[in-house]
Amino acid sequence: MTAALAPDSAALADAAHAWSTAYVHVPFCARVCPYCDFAVSVGSDHLAGRFVDAVVAEIEAAPAWPALDAVYLGGGTPSRLSAEQAARILRALRSRPGLAADAQVSLEANPEDWIPAHSAALRSAGFNRVSLGAQSFDDDVLRRLGRVHSAEDTRRAVAASRIAGYASVNLDLIFGTAGETLESWRATLEEALLLQPDHVSCYALTVELGTRLGREVAAGAAAPDPDLQADMYELAVELLGAAGMVRYEVSNWARPGHECRYNLAVWAGAEYLAFGPAAHRHVGGIRSRNLRRLSDYLEEVEAGRSPARGDEHLDGWGAEVERVFLGLRRTAGVEAGRAGLALAGSAEGRRLLDAGVLAVEGERLVVRRPLLTDAAERALLSLPPADR
Amino acid sequence: MTPSTRIRNFSIIAHIDHGKSTLADRLLEMTGAIPAREMREQMLDSMDIERERGITIKAQAVRLPYTGRDGEEYILNLIDTPGHVDFSYEVSRSLAACEGALLLADAVQGVQAQTLANAYMAIGAGLEVIPALNKIDLAAADPERVAGELAAVLGGDPSEVRAVSAKTGEGVADLLEEIVARVPPPQGNPDAPLRALVFDSYFDSYRGVVCYVRVVDGVLTAGTRLKSMATGENHEASEVGVLTPSAQPVASLGPGEVGYLITGIKEIRRIKVGDTITTSSGAATSPLPGYAEPKPMVYSGLFPTDGDDFERLREALERLRLNDASLHYEPETSRALGFGFRCGFLGLLHMDIVRERLEREYGLDLVATAPSVAFRVNLTTGEQVEVRSPQDLPEPTARASIEEPYVRVMVIAPSEFLGTVMDLAQTRRGEGGSFHYLGPERVEMTYQLPLSEVVFDFFDQLKSRSRGYASLDYEPSGYRVSDLVRVDILLNAIPVDAFSAIVHRDEANAYGKAMVEKLRELIPRQLFDVPIQAATGGRVVARETVKAKRKDVLAKCYGGDITRKKKLLERQKEGKKRMKMVGSVEVPQEAFVAALKIESRK
Repeated sequence: MTAALAPDSAALADAAHAWSTAYVHVPFCARVCPYCDFAVSVGSDHLAGRFVDAVVAEIEAAPAWPALDAVYLGGGTPSRLSAEQAARILRALRSRPGLAADAQVSLEANPEDWIPAHSAALRSAGFNRVSLGAQSFDDDVLRRLGRVHSAEDTRRAVAASRIAGYASVNLDLIFGTAGETLESWRATLEEALLLQPDHVSCYALTVELGTRLGREVAAGAAAPDPDLQADMYELAVELLGAAGMVRYEVSNWARPGHECRYNLAVWAGAEYLAFGPAAHRHVGGIRSRNLRRLSDYLEEVEAGRSPARGDEHLDGWGAEVERVFLGLRRTAGVEAGRAGLALAGSAEGRRLLDAGVLAVEGERLVVRRPLLTDAAERALLSLPPADR
Repeated sequence: MTPSTRIRNFSIIAHIDHGKSTLADRLLEMTGAIPAREMREQMLDSMDIERERGITIKAQAVRLPYTGRDGEEYILNLIDTPGHVDFSYEVSRSLAACEGALLLADAVQGVQAQTLANAYMAIGAGLEVIPALNKIDLAAADPERVAGELAAVLGGDPSEVRAVSAKTGEGVADLLEEIVARVPPPQGNPDAPLRALVFDSYFDSYRGVVCYVRVVDGVLTAGTRLKSMATGENHEASEVGVLTPSAQPVASLGPGEVGYLITGIKEIRRIKVGDTITTSSGAATSPLPGYAEPKPMVYSGLFPTDGDDFERLREALERLRLNDASLHYEPETSRALGFGFRCGFLGLLHMDIVRERLEREYGLDLVATAPSVAFRVNLTTGEQVEVRSPQDLPEPTARASIEEPYVRVMVIAPSEFLGTVMDLAQTRRGEGGSFHYLGPERVEMTYQLPLSEVVFDFFDQLKSRSRGYASLDYEPSGYRVSDLVRVDILLNAIPVDAFSAIVHRDEANAYGKAMVEKLRELIPRQLFDVPIQAATGGRVVARETVKAKRKDVLAKCYGGDITRKKKLLERQKEGKKRMKMVGSVEVPQEAFVAALKIESRK
């Protein structure tokens, strides 16, 4: 693997298809954030030991697999695991399928957990990239998001990561929270850049059904204003770009060599292993997911049964559409192929080309106006199957 | 064959929701035509839509064997009639098949506009009318008052008004006796040439057209050659039978008998409601009176959302016309909507039913344009043309005048709403108002109104302004010259013919403004700004803009859950299916009937 390629280069985007990666879902959280609809488990930290046992058992039962180029611990809050628990998971992966020498080993962390001792212990366990849930540098916005950390906690957490020697530090940011102004968002971006992160993810706050935010909005609370979110996104494009960061996907910016490899592999349609409750895998041409509830997951694994459910087998046209579907989220776009050409040739595709949303660059189809990516994605999914 | 002295043919006529179907159910049950355990509610309403909406669309006939208190066996033929003003021609044909009618009025609500309209129709048809009150079991029933109203309408004595509860069955046994005693047995000559009235028909996918017939003279015998006197066509009576209410074949039907006839004909237009059936040889010389082509009152364009479905729409309309002779359609081309059909309907309810059946039974995804009445345009050349679609209106320079259809509207309401109803009629260009009291507290009002002012939301407005107490009936009363203009709507600077409307000049600006505001709400943001303008005679009278969409992307696609995101977009995509491309603008289907919902005149 080479670090010399630009984050948004086609060569890097396509090379990721060959990478071997694994995802581990760590569901533990101190509380549920009002906007979050990921699989989380509150007040079950006492189950962490059983959880790690189960993940290790799953890893040991995994199919033969090439040594991993990237490991990603997502959540939930992976930083709630003790260093020893996280280390056990890594040890299991290291013994089989094994870790490549230059593997990118990431975990997500909440700033309030990321005290120097913990940060250092996890670095020693083998993690070399940390993704901090900074979300905002405006403490009012943090409170509205239901976060308990402060902007100052994030600054300390970044410092702790640097001292511990993490090769890559990511800051996750959320924009468009009720009450957040464009100026407040500008301040957040500037504060974030002062910390010189290697990677920044900027997510528009999305109202998901089944979340507290979803219920509040349904009951009449203000939903994020899409036009203001568009302004905020454009500001992020401007400021992060000016700071030398390269946008390589709708919501992700990196300095060269600091891209999230696991995500790149997913968008390239690569296969990946997955462990833990609600984790999604792509193995042997089949997408499947683990049981979502921690207790169900533990019960199944401890009984010696597979926690995987819901096989989705894609071939032919379905797989081709999915390839383009995933690839279009990247700045580098995707080799047009059958589905991309069909999209570009469709009536809706032509409208998207005319409006400058889509563009054909050589062999590739790219989205030029990332804020309208889903318009292109829907048009793609609406194409009539071409292989009948 | 039953001797005609033992036959009683009757209808139940009532205002909507006054309990006609429930009474029919009770009669079926009490005469033993249907065992109680097989009763379904509203037995006679067989179409799903009828059952759901609680209305009767197609008249049906059922034979009730009844042993009178005199010990004699009678055959009572109950001929059901539609209860909605849209279907008044069908009501008139059903009544023509009867000698008597039960005039049913709700003992709470009292006489309503359709009670009155139906009563006049029955009296006009020479029927013996038996007044009855329904729902006397309700606490709010006021039988004395309503009996007085009925007696006033019919010119009889309140003591002659029967009181029943169709729900509990109270009084229904006496009502059956009253029918036997008062409805005259049919008169008819069994030796005369056959004359049978087709008072309804429907299409059965296995049997073809099934006609409901009432034999007036002669004998209708299975296996004979028959002739339709309206079309002159000949066909064979492949099956003749009676409805008990299930179909029971019989060898023949004699004078006064009511039943069904199957000829193997597959197209309903070849035997029409109101037609007279006779025999091919020895045919009757004159048909029964009263045949008329059903005339559409409103027109609307129906277009497939997906242009590729045009042929399927044509086939579906053909199939629907097999059992709905009043449905008219002709191909129409719209620049905005492509190929479709201009359809004529008896009224808005009829239009809704047809559209719903096309979507439900034929799986079509349709755009319906705002309904329009048929205008008559006098050209400068002296010619007159009928215009059923605003887009067909000749240029102003070619027009001498435009005439629009008027209706005589009858409203019955408690007298406290007299002023409210008069206000409504006046804002809708009502003229020649008159009223008279039916009782101390109820008043009947009549107005001349343009049909276009009545067909859309007049009834809804009337209901809401009278807190539900007013009732409405109307009948065509000719054409009058009006000062009308066409309002055009431009989407992205291109006129969209499907949005055009012909309205009175005084209302044009308000209509245009309301229309563009409504469209701005309904049209989703697109990839570019979409200006919406209203114009009359080339002058823009209103303008709004749908701003370009700026953000259409889900923030996250990670955690490896590809399937979920794909499904989310698939669901959004389904929502977009109900959009129609007009030029380069995506327009939701409901925008095309927005004109129905705008309130420009308030």
